[in-house]
Amino acid sequence: MLRFVTSRFLQSLLALFVVVTATFFMIRFVPGGPFTAEKAITPEIQRNLEAHYGLDQPLWRQYLDYLGNLARGDLGPSFKFSNRTVNEIIADKLPASAELGSLALAVALLLGVSLGTLAAVRRNTWIDYVASTVGMVGISIPTFVVGPLLVLGLAVHLGWLNASGWDYASDRVLPALVLGFAYAAPISRLTRGGLLDILHQDFIRTARAKGASEFRIVTHHALRGGLLPVVSYLGPATAGILTGSFVIETIFQIPGIGREFVLSAFNRDYTLVLGTVILYAALIMALNLVVDVVQAWMNPKVRLES
Amino acid sequence: MSAGATTSPGRGPAPPANPAADQPESRSSLWHDAWLRLRKNRLAVFGLCSLAVVTLACLAGPWLSPFRYEEQQLNLGAAPPSLRHWLGTDTLGRDLLVRLLSGGRISLAVGLAATIVALSIGVIYGAVAGFVGGKRDAFLMRVVDIMYSLPFSIFVILLMVMSEEIAKRFNLGPNWRILLLFVAIGAVEWLTMARIVRSQVMAVKKMEFIEAARALGFGRRRIIFRHILPNILGPIIVYATLTIPAVMLLEAFLSFLGLGVQPPMSSWGLLIKDGADKMEEFPWLLIFPAALFSLTLFSLNFLGDGLRDALDVRSSKD
Repeated sequence: MLRFVTSRFLQSLLALFVVVTATFFMIRFVPGGPFTAEKAITPEIQRNLEAHYGLDQPLWRQYLDYLGNLARGDLGPSFKFSNRTVNEIIADKLPASAELGSLALAVALLLGVSLGTLAAVRRNTWIDYVASTVGMVGISIPTFVVGPLLVLGLAVHLGWLNASGWDYASDRVLPALVLGFAYAAPISRLTRGGLLDILHQDFIRTARAKGASEFRIVTHHALRGGLLPVVSYLGPATAGILTGSFVIETIFQIPGIGREFVLSAFNRDYTLVLGTVILYAALIMALNLVVDVVQAWMNPKVRLES
Repeated sequence: MSAGATTSPGRGPAPPANPAADQPESRSSLWHDAWLRLRKNRLAVFGLCSLAVVTLACLAGPWLSPFRYEEQQLNLGAAPPSLRHWLGTDTLGRDLLVRLLSGGRISLAVGLAATIVALSIGVIYGAVAGFVGGKRDAFLMRVVDIMYSLPFSIFVILLMVMSEEIAKRFNLGPNWRILLLFVAIGAVEWLTMARIVRSQVMAVKKMEFIEAARALGFGRRRIIFRHILPNILGPIIVYATLTIPAVMLLEAFLSFLGLGVQPPMSSWGLLIKDGADKMEEFPWLLIFPAALFSLTLFSLNFLGDGLRDALDVRSSKD
C-alpha cells in the first residue's frame, strides 16, 4: 500500500512539473507581453519594468527562478495589480470558490447516489425511467443554459432568490444546485450500473436469505462495492466542477478564483494565469491521488494490479 | 516503411470502404441487424430524425431566408417573435432565426471537425499502443494517464486567449481562429477514444485471422488498418457519436466565456451568452438558442446510446 501511494505521488509530482513547464513556456513564447498595453510607454520605463520583474534575464534563468520561488510557495507578483502578489489574490478569491465547489460536490453526490440507488432498486419501474430521464437532462443541458434559465424563472420572475452576488446564505443555493446537478447525472448513472452489478452477486442473496431488510442490504452490503465506479469518477468530476465554476462564477458574479482566472487570461496577467493554473493542477492531482488511494482501499484488485 | 506505403488508402482514421470488400454476407447482416435494432429504439429514432431536421435547417435555412445573419435593422431593435421574424430579433435588429441557424452551421461544423481530429489521434494512438503491447504500450498508456490528470480545458482557454496575439502577429483572419478552436478541442478529447480503441485492439489481435495475416507476411500498418480496425468499427462509431455532443459543449463553453467564435459570426454558445446577458428584458434571446442547443445535444446522446445498444458495445468505462 505504501509503495502504491508513493508511486502515485511521484507520478502526480511529475505531472505537476509538466504542467508548470508547459504553461510557463506557452505563455512566454506568445508574441506580446503584459506591458504591450494600450498606452505606449517609453523604452526606459519598459526597461525598468522588465528589470523589476526579472524579464530582462535569459529565459532559462527566469524559468529556474520561477521554479525556485514556486518550491518555496511564492507565486510572484501580479503583473496587472502592481501592489499585490499572486498569493494574496489567490488567498482573497479562493474561499468563495472552495465553498461553491464543495457545496456543488455535495449536491452532486447526494442527488446522484440517491437517485441512482432508487433507480437500481426499483429497476424498470417508473422511478427508474424518471431517474434516467433526469440523468439525460443533466448530461445534455449544460450549466450555462440551466443557470440563466433558472435565474430567469426563480430570480427575475418569481423574485425568490437574488440573481447574482455572494453575500447571503441564499445566494449559495442556485449556483451550487446548477453546478452540482450537472455532475449528479453521471453519478446517478454510475451508481445505478454499479449497484446492479453487485445486487446479482451471491453474498447479496445470502444476506437476503438471512432476512436482512432491503434497506439494510443496500446500505450495508451493496453500496460499498457498488459505489466503486462513482469513486473513480470523482477525480474527473472534481476537475469538471473546478472548470465549471468559471462559467458559474461568471453567471452569478461570484468573486471566486475561476472568474479571476478568466479575467487574468484576458488581461494577460501572466504570473496570475500561471499561478491559477498551478493551483488548479495541484488541486486536481491531489484529489486524484486521494481518489486512487480510496479506491485501492475499497478494492484490493486495484492495489495488486499496480 | 515501404510495406506501409503500399496500403496508403488505409491511412485514414476509419476506413469504411473495407466492410463490403472483406466479407460481404456476414458483415452486411451485422450492420443490418444493428439497423433493425436501432429502428426499434424510439428515442434513438427520435434523435436521428431531429438531428436530420436540425442539420437540414441549418444548411438550407440561412440561404432560404430573406435576412442575413449580420444584417442589422437598428430602428427595429429587439423585437419579440412575429410573422416577419419568426423568433424575433436581437438588440441590433438581426433576425434571430437566421442567426440561430447559421450559428448552428458553425457549432455543428466544429463538433464534427473536432471529433474527426479526436478520432484520428485517438484511434491511431490506441491502435498502436494495443498492437505493440508490452513496455511500449505501458509507456504510451502512462502518458495518457498523466494527460488525463491535467486540467485540459484550462489549456484550451489559455490557447484561445493567446490565439488573438498570434493571429494579430501573423495577420490571420477569423477563420483561422475556428480552425484552432477545433484542433484544440480535438487534441483534448482523444484520450478516452485511445483507451477504448486500445482495449478493443488487444482483444482482436489475439484472434486467428490476425495470426493468418501475420503468417502471410503483411506489415504492421496493413494489419492494423485493414484487418483490426474494421472489426472494431462499432465501438469507434458509438464513441464518436458520443464525442460530438461533448465537443459541442466545449465549444459553446468557450464561446460563452468569449473565447470561442467571435461576433459578428454566431455560434450557439455565443447566442446563449448574448441571451443570458439580456434575458431580463428580452427572454426569447435566451430561450430559443438554449432550446435548440439542448435539443441537439439530447438527440446526439440518445442516438449514441441507441447505437451502443444496437451494436451491442459493452459499456466502456475503463
